[in-house]
Amino acid sequence: MSSSKMPGWKSLPIGAAIINPPTSLEYKTGTWRTFRPVIDQEKCVRCRLCWAYCPDGAVMELEKEYVTKSGRKYSITYEINYEYCKGCGVCARECPVKAITMVEEGG
Amino acid sequence: MGKMVGLNGNYAIAYAVKAVGPDVIAAYPITPQTAIVEKLAEFVAQGELDAEYIHVESEHSAMSAIVGAAAAGARVFTATSSQGLGLMYEILFIASSLRLPAVMGLVTRAYSAPINIWCDHGDFMSAADTGWIQYMSTSNQEAYDAIIMAYRVSEDPRVLLPAMVSIDGFIQSHTVEPVKLEDDEEVRKFVPRRPREIRLDPDKPMTLGALGDPNWYYEFKMQQQVAMEESRRVFDEVASEFAKKFGRSYGAIDTFMTEDAEAIIVTMGSTAGTFRVAVEKIRKEGAKVGLITIKLYRPFPRDDIVKILSNAKVVGIAERDLFFGAAYPGYLFNDVATSLYLANVRTKLAGFIFGLGGRALRFSEAYEITKKVWSFAKGEAEIPKKPIFVGVRE
Repeated sequence: MSSSKMPGWKSLPIGAAIINPPTSLEYKTGTWRTFRPVIDQEKCVRCRLCWAYCPDGAVMELEKEYVTKSGRKYSITYEINYEYCKGCGVCARECPVKAITMVEEGG
Repeated sequence: MGKMVGLNGNYAIAYAVKAVGPDVIAAYPITPQTAIVEKLAEFVAQGELDAEYIHVESEHSAMSAIVGAAAAGARVFTATSSQGLGLMYEILFIASSLRLPAVMGLVTRAYSAPINIWCDHGDFMSAADTGWIQYMSTSNQEAYDAIIMAYRVSEDPRVLLPAMVSIDGFIQSHTVEPVKLEDDEEVRKFVPRRPREIRLDPDKPMTLGALGDPNWYYEFKMQQQVAMEESRRVFDEVASEFAKKFGRSYGAIDTFMTEDAEAIIVTMGSTAGTFRVAVEKIRKEGAKVGLITIKLYRPFPRDDIVKILSNAKVVGIAERDLFFGAAYPGYLFNDVATSLYLANVRTKLAGFIFGLGGRALRFSEAYEITKKVWSFAKGEAEIPKKPIFVGVRE
């Protein structure tokens, strides 16, 4: 809750203006999550659909090499940014090869 | 130099707005205000006023467009009456909360139902808690001058709050009076452009209208409250500068024959003129009665009225509204009572409700009210706990 360390009405910009964008990055929405998406890098075919569908831009496309057990080599890897992922599950729902599973947090 | 012309109240407001020079006007027609925005549309169409004129589909949209334009740093104007103000209601709070110095012309009209296009102060009073500065004029000259002062006060960095300037529907809006129009150039010098730090600007991006959760909301309301209180000091400064420049002097209240008055009428709007004549008449009969007219309703001029009323025996509050279910069913009465109570002044109060839905307050009725308040002061009659509803049929 409100703390005495937070700025008071005398120092805050008027009209509740946010004058130092992009402050949304400071808001770690990952704390909202009850289920986390986990990507199975073996099943993932790098189609980019999860990246495109994620409403929060929390799917990261990384230039990180990955070689599957069967020897298929990818130059990119998709990972979830858990600081911002709200756990909505859209990625898991849209994944055409069912490479993403929703795992309960704290379980 | 300026010039004297005959203008109805609506046109007086339109000419003042043209003189100040807004960037954006957004409005929807409603009786009895329509002539204000019609006249402004004419000024824009004829190239006399360089403003963006936005035709909207409702008052809700008008006020929303005003908020958007003002947020981008524009000087803005709109006008409305009764139901139109009601449709703007939620956006009124947003304009004041975002600290946008919009100015509105409000031509008072009774709220429906039954449908009624005539004057009472129900619309003006019901907007008293929206965080807007509120001026009520008693003449068309005053309306012209109040618009000019309103822009100057609202755009002051110590204030940054919207303001509504009110005239009485038909009684003023459609009545021609002599009005001294100042040169537009001089008016613009009096209301210079003041670029605002908080505004939507692509070169310096910021967010306006974001979420303010329980950790933050309260602080912004505190800022608004402080600005509203501060606006009174700014109003006094602006009014005094206005008097020096244009020679017409205004206070938050107007007093008439109050110096030695034992009974004082407090009222608002055009009816003040009727009460003035009633007071003059009863004075000739030896009754020590005076009159206070409230010109600035928000922030309420509590110290000013306390100073005058503390020497009186009885105050008669005559108002053109009905505050249903309140401790006392009149807005003005509640403001006066609170002001006196806080100052430990126990002048007795009598309330009168009149003129709802445009019912004319005849001179004989205004005189009867004055006489009644005087009889209360002399102790000849007991003051009722409930208001006297003047002119209503049983």
